[in-house]
Amino acid sequence: MTAEEIKQALLLRLKTIAPDTEPAQLQPDDNIREKLGIDSFDYLQFIVALDEQFGIQTPEEDYGKIQTLQELTEYVGARVKG
Amino acid sequence: MLEYRMPSLGADMESGFLREWHVKPGDKIKKGDIIAEVETQKGIIDIEVFDDGTIGELLVQVDEKVPVGTLMAMIIPPGEDGEIKETPQKSAAPATTPTAAEEAWIATEPPPMAEKAAAAEHHVRASPLAKRIAEEKGIDIATIHGTGPEGAIIREDVEHAITARVAPVPEAPKEAAPAPPPASPPAPVAAEKPAPPAQAPAAPAEEEKARQATGASAETIRMAVAAAMSKSNREIPHYYLETRIDMRRAMAWLAETNKQRPVKERLLPAVLLLKAVAKALNEVPDLNAWWENGLQRKPAINIGYVVALRTGGIMVPAIHDADNKSLDELMQTLNDLIPRARALRLRSSELADSTITVTSLGEGGVETVFGVIYPPQVALVGFGGITDQPWTENGMLDVRPVLTATLAADHRATDGSTGSRFLTAIKNYLQQPEKL
Repeated sequence: MTAEEIKQALLLRLKTIAPDTEPAQLQPDDNIREKLGIDSFDYLQFIVALDEQFGIQTPEEDYGKIQTLQELTEYVGARVKG
Repeated sequence: MLEYRMPSLGADMESGFLREWHVKPGDKIKKGDIIAEVETQKGIIDIEVFDDGTIGELLVQVDEKVPVGTLMAMIIPPGEDGEIKETPQKSAAPATTPTAAEEAWIATEPPPMAEKAAAAEHHVRASPLAKRIAEEKGIDIATIHGTGPEGAIIREDVEHAITARVAPVPEAPKEAAPAPPPASPPAPVAAEKPAPPAQAPAAPAEEEKARQATGASAETIRMAVAAAMSKSNREIPHYYLETRIDMRRAMAWLAETNKQRPVKERLLPAVLLLKAVAKALNEVPDLNAWWENGLQRKPAINIGYVVALRTGGIMVPAIHDADNKSLDELMQTLNDLIPRARALRLRSSELADSTITVTSLGEGGVETVFGVIYPPQVALVGFGGITDQPWTENGMLDVRPVLTATLAADHRATDGSTGSRFLTAIKNYLQQPEKL
């Protein structure tokens, strides 16, 4: 998967979690949760969905490392298989 | 025979529209079964029964407006004459034919709490449904020719009027009708029956679709919140207390616990807070109560949990028997309730049973929230975000994750000393997370 494919998948997933927001307008270094108003419950659902979609495991202590689209794309890219 | 009446849906709702019966005469029912769906300001509400038995008779027709307290059905208790079970009584029936049924509502005075929107509808004989459809479509009901009993306007008449309109009329309804559902341009009237709701808890993505399907909108929800909060501020003399809680142990315990779990089974800090509140209420039961002609303590601890809707407004579903639920069970309950609250698919008991409210702002936001009590409850607990703050203990200065807990309580019902005991109990429970 290319970084762009991962990014598009992430945006789609965010749109599912927060349908009334515009994830596509996120800048690479925007804080995703602040920008889109995603609460801790929705964030957990988002992580669950990511883990399922990409077949990765995201430990809780990593949450702080994946606050922006850029970080998240790189994080997933480093872990996703194939 | 037991009478089944339209249950309360909380302090802020007076009526709804019956959209579907899930039962028919002769059906066996158990306490807690969902027997009907009622459309309200807060979406489609699943209406539950409070008794076991057999449905004797259904006394309200689909699409009728049903004020709280309306006799909806007769229920035959278990063990009563089997003959009655098979042949529902006709005596109490308002109607044997649709026409007579329609006459029944025409003869009825508008309920005292009739919609504020009714202003334009005085002196026009029309069924509630017809009025509503006309209102939604921006049609002046006075211009419609009625073909119902005594010339009353019924749904078909409005439908005819809609289809008769050659060109769409873009003008807004004359009366500022509260909240015409969004995104319903001259839709086929057949769409009035909400789309079959997803049985599984709808994903958050469904929120918008759900709002449209349930007839609720950001505006109707706003009005419901406004009504409840205005009543609260008018009637309840609030007092407020605040305390800071060291969350180091609780957060460390949570991190350790979650580390051993797959992401799907992880706990959020909110469940620790909810459990601590439930346990503290066992010690200070005067705050688990309603104020109705005096303090009425409630035996069950049903915590109303505030769920913010992203497009504005809140829903406050009840977590039943929170004191008897484990942390995992509380998390499962949240996993069930929050998506349903966002999809506006709650049950009547979840809207009406709360005995106290908890609002938790979560991390990233402000530190302190002073709440407005949801009547007839007598207390609301507010949790701000957990932030690192300077903390002194035994004369030493440290940095700790700190949570600010507040209590808004009804001074008619309790005093500051009661509230203080309660917040202190919450604080103490959160120092021993492993025992929650």
